[in-house]
Amino acid sequence: MELGTWAAAGNAPSPEGPLAIEARGLVKRFDGFTAVDGVDLSVPEGAIYGVLGPNGAGKTTTLRMLLGIIDPDEGYRRVLGTLRPHEVAHAIGYLPEERGLYPAMKAFEAIAFVGALRGLPLAEGRRRGRVLLEEHGLGHVADRQIRQLSKGMAQQVQILGCLVHEPRLVVFDEPFSGLDAINQGKLEKTMRGLADKGTTVIFSTHVIAHAERLCDGIAIIAGGKVPFAGPVDVARDRIPAQVRLETRAADGPWRAALPADARHDRKLDGTSFFYFPLPETGIEPLLRALIEGEAGILSLSIERAGLHDAFVAIAGEAAARALEENPEEEQRR
Amino acid sequence: MTGPGTNKSGGRLSTLAAALVIARRDFAAVLLSRSFIFFLIGPLFPLVVGAMATGVGQSVERSAARPVLGVAMSPADTAALRGAASRLDAQLEDTVPVLLPLEAQAGADPQALLQANQAKASAVLSGSLAQPVLTGPPGLIDDWRGPVAVLAAAAQSATPQPYPQVRLAATTAKADPVDRVGRMRTAQAGQTLLFLLTMLLAGMVLSNLVEEKANKIIEVLAAAIPMDALFLGKLFAMLAVSFVGIAVWGTVAGTVLLAGGRTLAELTAPAVGWPMFFALGLVYFSMAYLLLGSVFLTIGSMASTVREVQTLSMPVTMLQLLVFFFASFSVATPGSPMEQAAVLVPFSSPYAMLARAAEQPDLGQHLLAIAWQVLWVGLFIRFGSRLFRTRVMKSGPAGTRRRRWFRRAPA
Repeated sequence: MELGTWAAAGNAPSPEGPLAIEARGLVKRFDGFTAVDGVDLSVPEGAIYGVLGPNGAGKTTTLRMLLGIIDPDEGYRRVLGTLRPHEVAHAIGYLPEERGLYPAMKAFEAIAFVGALRGLPLAEGRRRGRVLLEEHGLGHVADRQIRQLSKGMAQQVQILGCLVHEPRLVVFDEPFSGLDAINQGKLEKTMRGLADKGTTVIFSTHVIAHAERLCDGIAIIAGGKVPFAGPVDVARDRIPAQVRLETRAADGPWRAALPADARHDRKLDGTSFFYFPLPETGIEPLLRALIEGEAGILSLSIERAGLHDAFVAIAGEAAARALEENPEEEQRR
Repeated sequence: MTGPGTNKSGGRLSTLAAALVIARRDFAAVLLSRSFIFFLIGPLFPLVVGAMATGVGQSVERSAARPVLGVAMSPADTAALRGAASRLDAQLEDTVPVLLPLEAQAGADPQALLQANQAKASAVLSGSLAQPVLTGPPGLIDDWRGPVAVLAAAAQSATPQPYPQVRLAATTAKADPVDRVGRMRTAQAGQTLLFLLTMLLAGMVLSNLVEEKANKIIEVLAAAIPMDALFLGKLFAMLAVSFVGIAVWGTVAGTVLLAGGRTLAELTAPAVGWPMFFALGLVYFSMAYLLLGSVFLTIGSMASTVREVQTLSMPVTMLQLLVFFFASFSVATPGSPMEQAAVLVPFSSPYAMLARAAEQPDLGQHLLAIAWQVLWVGLFIRFGSRLFRTRVMKSGPAGTRRRRWFRRAPA
């Protein structure tokens, strides 16, 4: 079984407090093909959690198993305290990757219908639907049929449908695809607002920037396996921080304080740049040695790895390249 | 809005409640659609065409096929004969042949006359009113012997007698338990109507899930409610739509038949009586519809285009036709092993039991049969929804053979 849980194999610290989702050893096979291979997840209540991976990695299948749309062949999942996700369907909101609403329905009715599926009385759903549309700047389309809306607007209506019954857990599958930059920003704000109120948000994405900006925790998924699951900071810490040193001189006795494999770039003006991992002893002994050796320090900084670098380190170059591929391509195929 | 976790919905929906959410949406969507109007008036077209074809056919038959009898008698006898024919025509309708006076010398050979006028007349009547002679093919002249005698007798009467108006007093003789043939006809009529309605209406659910898949809303539904509820809801919705259709068609047909002076009394009353027969008919229609509909729904759920639906459903339609013939055939042998098999096989059971309602007064057996059919409806729905979940809501590698049949959602 791969590392996957927040707490597994010393990979990441245990999340504190109750879990909204706990999955252990989820396996799903289709016609002999293993789409998901031993996924473990621990998502704390109230967290924003990203499932990060390229297309075909098993994100959607994993989310579908968590929601009870399909059952795992092996392993189990506990969602909001139950092993049967449909029992807590009234407390879950879900936006599937393939967006869809009834084209003939009016926007506020579509929201109410999705709410009704989750147990919200239809009349209350209609009332809330209008309120939500107003709050999100879509009040003018409340009485329009879905077929009369732009794709982006219809997607926003569907997102509001996920929220109308005020769920405790919201699951979004690639929620940002299909939205323009402005609406992506609005959605990020909505997701933060949900988390602030204590709602757990889990979403899949192939865009690292969204995960980096939003997530408290992530699961990196590639080839159906989860090589990492835990807080974003812990993922970044998989790669040691880099020290960036700029000096006036290129050489001197102070060079002995730098690691032997430090990368050296010399500029035309004579200044030198050195890059090397942060020593285990920390920055202070190094700084002292540089000063005593009269290195002529122009700048010294510690640069933490970004999530992208962490992803490359954890999932490999091939998965990172796949992540950067156009996701629409896969859908067209 | 309130905070998270304070859903005012009152919690999880039961399968039945979830099915009703689906049923309500589907029912309203179908009823308010333009296609429903066409659905309602659809059966009118074959009826109108059928009625017109029948009318034209009868008219042609009346004008072309009514036989002509050549008359080679004296002018006085011929005139008297034609007078009698016109008086009797209203009473005897098509049994009186059309009379065609032939120009002939007295004592002319009837056979020669017949040969000379073969294109016009089928036989020749010669002689006198007191001693008529009928010349023609043996079978025909045998059939006409009686009518010609009546005509000749009427023609000889100096003062034509008025024909009295016969008052009709219908009896309940056909309801007699011993009228097995009549009841069999009632059973067959009920079965045929049941089959036609089932085939017409169950077909509606065929493309129902294809719509959901085309709208890509299926995953929203599958995540929120059990698949059983989705299937059940769709079947309920279409059943309700069917009832609307049957109510409209029944009202129209009843009005037309009543206006035409037709009543149920023309059919032998079923053993359980007409009200119970209608009630059982409605129940058995529901069962036949739900059984076939659940199979069609399963097929529809696995297909991604209407063309696929049609291809996949054809064997089921043919099978249903066989089942109908099976049930129909067993009507003639009540209590036989074949008839009992028809009662037990889920798909033929509603037809066979409706036939029993026409032929046997025992009501207890219907309760058992309905429970049996409900069990099978449940099993089919469960099987269909399981199949749907395991086969359709999946991701997988591209290019597999199955992909041609089942749409793959990207992971």
